[in-house]
Amino acid sequence: MAIFYLLPRFNYYKPKSLNEALKLLNDLENSKVLAGGTDLVLDMKIGRYKPENVIDISHLNELKYIKDDGKSIRIGAGTTLQTILESNIVRKKIPVLAEALEIMGSWQLRNVATIGGNLCNASPAADTAPPLMVLEAQLKLESIEGARYVPITKFFHGPRITELKRNELLTEIIIPYPPSNAGMKFLKLGRRAAHTLSIVAVATLITIKDDKFDIVRIALNSVAPTPLRAYKTEESLKDKPINLNVIEENVKRVAEEIKPISDVRASAEYRKEMSIVLTRDAILESLKMLNVKIGGEEF
Amino acid sequence: MIVSFKLNGELVEVDVPPNMTLLDVLRRKLGILSVKRGCERGECGACTVLINGDPVCSCLVLAPQAEGKEIITLEYLSKNGEIHPIQEAFIEAGAIQCGFCTPGFILTAYALLKRNPNPTIDEIKKALEGNLCRCTGYIKIIEAIQLAAKKLQRYSR
Ligand SMILES: Cc1cc2nc3c(=O)[nH]c(=O)nc-3n(C[C@H](O)[C@H](O)[C@H](O)COP(=O)(O)OP(=O)(O)OC[C@H]3O[C@@H](n4cnc5c(N)ncnc54)[C@H](O)[C@@H]3O)c2cc1C
Ligand code: FES
Ligand code: FES
Repeated sequence: MAIFYLLPRFNYYKPKSLNEALKLLNDLENSKVLAGGTDLVLDMKIGRYKPENVIDISHLNELKYIKDDGKSIRIGAGTTLQTILESNIVRKKIPVLAEALEIMGSWQLRNVATIGGNLCNASPAADTAPPLMVLEAQLKLESIEGARYVPITKFFHGPRITELKRNELLTEIIIPYPPSNAGMKFLKLGRRAAHTLSIVAVATLITIKDDKFDIVRIALNSVAPTPLRAYKTEESLKDKPINLNVIEENVKRVAEEIKPISDVRASAEYRKEMSIVLTRDAILESLKMLNVKIGGEEF
Repeated sequence: MIVSFKLNGELVEVDVPPNMTLLDVLRRKLGILSVKRGCERGECGACTVLINGDPVCSCLVLAPQAEGKEIITLEYLSKNGEIHPIQEAFIEAGAIQCGFCTPGFILTAYALLKRNPNPTIDEIKKALEGNLCRCTGYIKIIEAIQLAAKKLQRYSR
């Protein structure tokens, strides 16, 4: 019988606790952490990674939780995408994350894939990144030496390269409550409507003051080596009056902030055009959530 | 290494290398041939099994991750030579052509109908995102699941 993919040989470890996992990670050379495995197992099949040691953290309940501490929502890195998607706290407080999860992979994938795995895999197309970036999430990185916190905007260094040190695990995602009057939206363009990676995806978070833009946060994926915030575009919209001309004029700046490549999913030129369109639409949708009327019309 | 789990209600123990996928454990070690080898990369859903009730692609699960879990394959659904109402519905609706995708679809449908006995067409489509079919065009599969929902409601009354 034909076997299409053979996984490399590795030593398999199943730590009983987070502490034991951190110790193993510290002591074992050439190791990889296994969470849901939807990226790692595939990457081992295609030979991208050939770890000598695989440390399974998928069963660690210590890393599976969604907590509301009154000022932020804390999500354990090992929580599956489906669990987060079905969480009422998430849907109510940070709907922009739920919108991204809703269209990630398939039900089968979301049942095992974790939020920590999506971030640590550090694909330019990671779909949880744009919402977490506009929500200004903090990431808790732990090793046997202790814990440190980094903002998600400092976490990605390049495709598949992160801020994580060799002996560190991502253990928690801390999402401060968004301002109570914020509108937010996630929009993803793929080659089909479902079960696909993004050509570009955009998350926005907007507040308004005195009929002008106040807080404006825009994040995109698949248009640079890492997911990114479009700070210059955000800046140029702040304090501007809210109308369609202003929005259309200013979102063009997004094209200067991104560095898309051409690949199997789309050309760089198409990605640039679509980044502008999706950013505009995400801003309009965020405003719609705030019941803002633009040019006398409700969008 | 020894891995033990419940397969279709019965405890099984297998001696497997850790770099074997659950798909291969089921097909090659345990002879469960309803679980199909399709893309082997999480795209097609032909290898779908239920782990603790949730549909999962067995091609992306490592054997040792099955330890202590309850795994259900299509074989579980037919009892004493009688097929399950969802299987009946697939036959009656003409939702099967080559049949390669069918076990995966039926298991996903089974998990869906357990959670949501009366799903809308959109809810059915959403649940089935991860199951691909090259033959039927999906319409009859959706009809089969609507029919199955009716049958199951009738049985439970
Ligand atoms: C068919 C298919 C469709 C997909 N669709 C999407 C999609 O629409 N959008 C999207 O963004 N992604 C998608 N993905 C990619 C993947 O499913 C996600 O990135 C998923 O969230 C990865 O999580 P995991 O738990 O499976 O990670 P794993 O595969 O277990 O791990 C991924 C990487 O992160 C490391 N890692 C995992 N957890 C930790 C931790 N806590 N600390 C440190 N390192 C860690 C691992 O060592 C590994 O290198 C898809 C994948 C497939 C196969
Ligand atoms: S064989 Fe597992 S999803 Fe295709
Ligand atoms: S019936 Fe042939 S793939 Fe679905």
